[in-house]
Amino acid sequence: MSTLTPQSVKESTAPRPRFGWLITDSIAVSRRHLLKITRVPESLFFALIQPVMFVLLFAFVFGGAIDVGPGGAQAYREYLIPGILAQTVMFAVAGITVGITEDASKGIMDRFRSLPMRPGAVLTGHTLASLLQNILVIMILSITGLAVGWRINTGFSDAALAYLMFASFAYSITWVGAWIGLHMPNSEVAGTAGLAWIFPFTFASNIFTPVATMPGWLQPFVLWNPVSCLALAARELFGNPTPLLGDSFPERYPVQLSFGYSLLLLAIFAPLAVRAFKTRNK
Amino acid sequence: MTLAIKASGLAKAYGDVIALNGIDIEVEQGTVLGLLGPNGSGKTTTVRILATLLQADSGSASVGGFDVATQADEVRSVIGLTGQYAAVDEYLTGRENLELFGRLFHLSKFDAAKRATELFDRFDLSDAADRGIKGYSGGMRRRLDLAASLIGRPNVLFLDEPTTGLDPRSRQGMWAVIEDLVSEGTTVLLTTQYLEEADQLADRIVVLDHGNVIAKGTSNELKSQVGGDRIEIVVESANDVANAVNLIQKFGSAPATTEEVTKTVLLPVAGGSTAIVNIVRKLDENKIAIADIALRRPTLDDVFLSLTGHVTEGNEESSAPAKRRRGRKGRS
Repeated sequence: MSTLTPQSVKESTAPRPRFGWLITDSIAVSRRHLLKITRVPESLFFALIQPVMFVLLFAFVFGGAIDVGPGGAQAYREYLIPGILAQTVMFAVAGITVGITEDASKGIMDRFRSLPMRPGAVLTGHTLASLLQNILVIMILSITGLAVGWRINTGFSDAALAYLMFASFAYSITWVGAWIGLHMPNSEVAGTAGLAWIFPFTFASNIFTPVATMPGWLQPFVLWNPVSCLALAARELFGNPTPLLGDSFPERYPVQLSFGYSLLLLAIFAPLAVRAFKTRNK
Repeated sequence: MTLAIKASGLAKAYGDVIALNGIDIEVEQGTVLGLLGPNGSGKTTTVRILATLLQADSGSASVGGFDVATQADEVRSVIGLTGQYAAVDEYLTGRENLELFGRLFHLSKFDAAKRATELFDRFDLSDAADRGIKGYSGGMRRRLDLAASLIGRPNVLFLDEPTTGLDPRSRQGMWAVIEDLVSEGTTVLLTTQYLEEADQLADRIVVLDHGNVIAKGTSNELKSQVGGDRIEIVVESANDVANAVNLIQKFGSAPATTEEVTKTVLLPVAGGSTAIVNIVRKLDENKIAIADIALRRPTLDDVFLSLTGHVTEGNEESSAPAKRRRGRKGRS
């Protein structure tokens, strides 16, 4: 047994919480996730391959059977790409659900929580990294779209607004995924549950086919579905075909509604997720 | 005397399962407390509460002078935590991990990098610093994990089963590192399932069972409660058992016990190695053939047996310093 002379407690260096730390902590955490992407480039590759396949399938296989008005196949490709972009943003959410569940079930979460960092930064950092990956995927998909015949028929400011809209919606919806991820027991369940809710929202929407082709009882859901709004808004902003059903509110103000949905989702799910994170396993 | 850790009446239940049943713990600044107990005894729950990861249902605790419930941020800035599982990012290199944790400790970029390099040197990981963690051995991971918990130069260090699952050599290495830290004045609270480990590292030991403190004291105090070394002799012929007892009883410190079926004699002894020589000689002189003979030191099981009357429960892996724990196959 060692004999020790008791030492006085070091002068406490306990720093006071500051908002600035939320930002620096978030950057540090997001850097971790971005490094991870470079270590496992496969994850990015497969995040890309799926939407690219959808583009090719619908542009060349199924697209011919879907009528979006005058212009035939070319019109459909212009119709399709904004929809695929919206779909991609949705599917990316499943990734963060699994990532968060995986982290939360490992020791590293204990490490984070025993550090004097801002607890919310674990989530803001993760969602920021996810946003950056999303932006990259959206860029590559847009190029793919251009290659198959999609065109931006409007000016720079409209197109920029469309991309800003995608980015803000992508960021907000990620928090839903994070919140779900914090309630999942393990990453297998997270993988299934993380996709389960995404499917109805993604496919009961106008991303592949016009609302008019769907049964009447489904149309209100499809019209108000944030994914439809996003796709419709993007089509408007890019100057792509927008076969409308009527003049309901979501069809008249899709851009405003999309930004509104983004704000609403963020306002609801960011605090919910941060709270779930703080109380998980407490 | 300054208390680095003070907990009183800590209780925690998970549903119907009581994890901690109101325990008191005091650790003097600069000393090591060993929290000893089997799986499910409440060791990890205690550490998680003290390290602000978990909220106690009742009771209070302070670490480094700060209340764990109301001053969690302050507590976090003076503690380091090394859990049972390496709390690092698999996909990052060792250096990226340490720099990440340094930044999250709000060190400047420069200081985080400098501190990481210092720690790699100290933990003999410099060569592996820029390799991915995936390629690290179990011992290297634990060292990196410990390094990560030292980023902020903590006053108080929590080590939750720091050597569970390590091979003997890595375990020795870990012990040396912990002893170093203690000699620099760090207060350590260490949980372990191994009496040997608590014996080696801890100034004082608290034994937990089912969320209750069932014993506390120095390692020597505890051992005297348990009883000292015992020599276990297995003779070739069952007919020799009684005879053997008569011959060797004088070398013992207490009456021998026998198990006819296994042809075993258990003799408590004071000076283990001297006694073993004497016993072998005596039995040999009397032509009693020995099938097996071994010196048994008190194990956690023995501590529990003597303190609670039952052996440890739970499914702890027997990777332990198991060499000395012979013959107890019926552990549940």
